[in-house]
Amino acid sequence: MNQTSKKRAIDFRRGQVVRGKWHHHHYTIISKLGHGAIGSVYLCESNGKQMALKISEKSSSVTMEVNVLKTFQKVQGNRLGPSLLDVDDWVDPSGVQYSFYVMEYLRGKQLSTYVKSHGEEWLGILMLQLLGDLESLHQQGWVFGDLKTENLIVTYPPARMRWIDVGGTTQIGRSIKEYTEFFDRGYWNMGTRKAEPSYDLFALAMVMVHFYHPKRFERGSSPKRTLLTKLNQTTQLKKYESVLKNALTGQYQTSEQMKRDLSHVLMEKQISKENYSRKDKVNKPVSSKQPVTQKRSQMPQATQNKKSVHPILESLGITLVVMVFYLFYLFLN
Amino acid sequence: MKKGTLKQILLITDGCSNKGEDPSAVAALAAQQGITVNVIGVLEDDRSEDPMGLQEVEDIAMSGEGVSQIVYKQSLSQTVQTVTKQAMTQTLQGVVNQELKQILGSKQSLEELPPEQRGEVMEVVEDLGETCDLEVLVLVDTSASMSNKLPTVREALIDLSVSMNARIGRNRFAIYSFPGKKKAIDKVSDWASKLDSVSSVFPKLTSGGITPTGPAIKDAMYEFGKKSLKRSFMREDEPNIEEAGY
Ligand SMILES: Nc1ncnc2c1ncn2[C@@H]1O[C@H](COP(=O)(O)OP(=O)(O)O)[C@@H](O)[C@H]1O
Repeated sequence: MNQTSKKRAIDFRRGQVVRGKWHHHHYTIISKLGHGAIGSVYLCESNGKQMALKISEKSSSVTMEVNVLKTFQKVQGNRLGPSLLDVDDWVDPSGVQYSFYVMEYLRGKQLSTYVKSHGEEWLGILMLQLLGDLESLHQQGWVFGDLKTENLIVTYPPARMRWIDVGGTTQIGRSIKEYTEFFDRGYWNMGTRKAEPSYDLFALAMVMVHFYHPKRFERGSSPKRTLLTKLNQTTQLKKYESVLKNALTGQYQTSEQMKRDLSHVLMEKQISKENYSRKDKVNKPVSSKQPVTQKRSQMPQATQNKKSVHPILESLGITLVVMVFYLFYLFLN
Repeated sequence: MKKGTLKQILLITDGCSNKGEDPSAVAALAAQQGITVNVIGVLEDDRSEDPMGLQEVEDIAMSGEGVSQIVYKQSLSQTVQTVTKQAMTQTLQGVVNQELKQILGSKQSLEELPPEQRGEVMEVVEDLGETCDLEVLVLVDTSASMSNKLPTVREALIDLSVSMNARIGRNRFAIYSFPGKKKAIDKVSDWASKLDSVSSVFPKLTSGGITPTGPAIKDAMYEFGKKSLKRSFMREDEPNIEEAGY
């Protein structure tokens, strides 16, 4: 792009020291973590601590991401994105200036790698965590935007879902800044690109779909039908189908609604696992259907009830559900 | 609050112009009139393309103070719209950056400010990008070599309108094709806020080897409405920013 034609792509070597122009901190490069649309991310070390450094020739994009990270910083008990450590410029030997910021290094595995090695039951639980984080993000007035598998990292132990790349994070009511086709409801003809909570919930559902279709699939001439058919045909997603369908068709207005339905599904699996006699297994589909249909009919009512339920009680309940499941998992091992 | 209107020509082509005035010169003229010219070059996969054609794509956009990008047909469906949107965003940013340069002094650019102060400026940039009105005239090369690319171009344009219409600001899109039957350009769809009705197919492809890109851009300029030609986005919006305390 002609704006940046004078700048060359950055390629730091191991051991190279990056010194900030304004704050004079220095960072020793360890390795490259990856690169994307906006810039490159390096693992580096400063004062004995490991950190992640994102550098780009696009100063304005760096500034926009820093703005988002700064607003997250103000949220108490912040887990929304990696914490921001420094913002500065780096001048290369020929005098060209690049902007960078330094953030917390999230040491972990990518979502799909983690779930593959630790068990598929983690997928639902990690999504539950993500829904909790999205809920606080939405309450802050933001939508994540570019939610996709590659932007999700699981740090452990204990397993905790974290997100990186806030380049798509957009204030509610505006147009989504950055998105990826497969995870974008606009691409599937299933909604606008306006930043609202349901935009993220669609993408989250697609993250689950993507786990079982890592190569993705074409949208075809009637995208919506293609997607819903694929969902229906994916046997591993059967238990989540009603929840995912609600998310994909924009039935959920808040993450909380989706979180509640998803935890019901996860609990359901739990019960049927506990008494795993033959008879129960046969009964399982019936019993698992029950709460889901019940919930559907409750949906409008539930929205009204929302105010009367104490939020702390509710999150306590959900935490309990997760803990019970986690303990059960440990026990099984 | 009165907002300016951002005017852009989005040229989608696959080759080199070979008739009429130099397209870069016309693009420079358009930029003078406050119309940015962006160019997307669509290439065939396997054929090694004419490097002259590639260079021209970049040259036109540079003179037109816009953004250029080369897209391979192989990945056309995925990239055209992403690139298109990126180009729009960058152009919006570019214009607002220029505006800020006026406020900060001609020698002061955003990058020369300490990082702490850039944040606030970028917020203003983002605000304007989100709320300003946008007029995009899409100029599609319909010479013979483009024929198998046009369905994808059409899809990409519909997608572009989906993205743009999620903004708070208003949008107007028009589509013209070139070379025209009698004039330099032919109207495919008139100014409208949405492009989901581009069921109107592109006109019959011209089989001749003429690509009059320069004259096409020139005619396109006049479709923005003669009376507003000279009022640029920058000048219209400047007082607002000063009132806001910047
Ligand atoms: N804070 C971090 N901790 C660990 N790895 C990171 C961190 N930030 C980014 N990465 C790695 O770098 C890659 C690219 O970063 P990303 O922010 O997605 O770039 P872009 O915005 O340019 O697409 C990611 O896929 C991830 O592997």
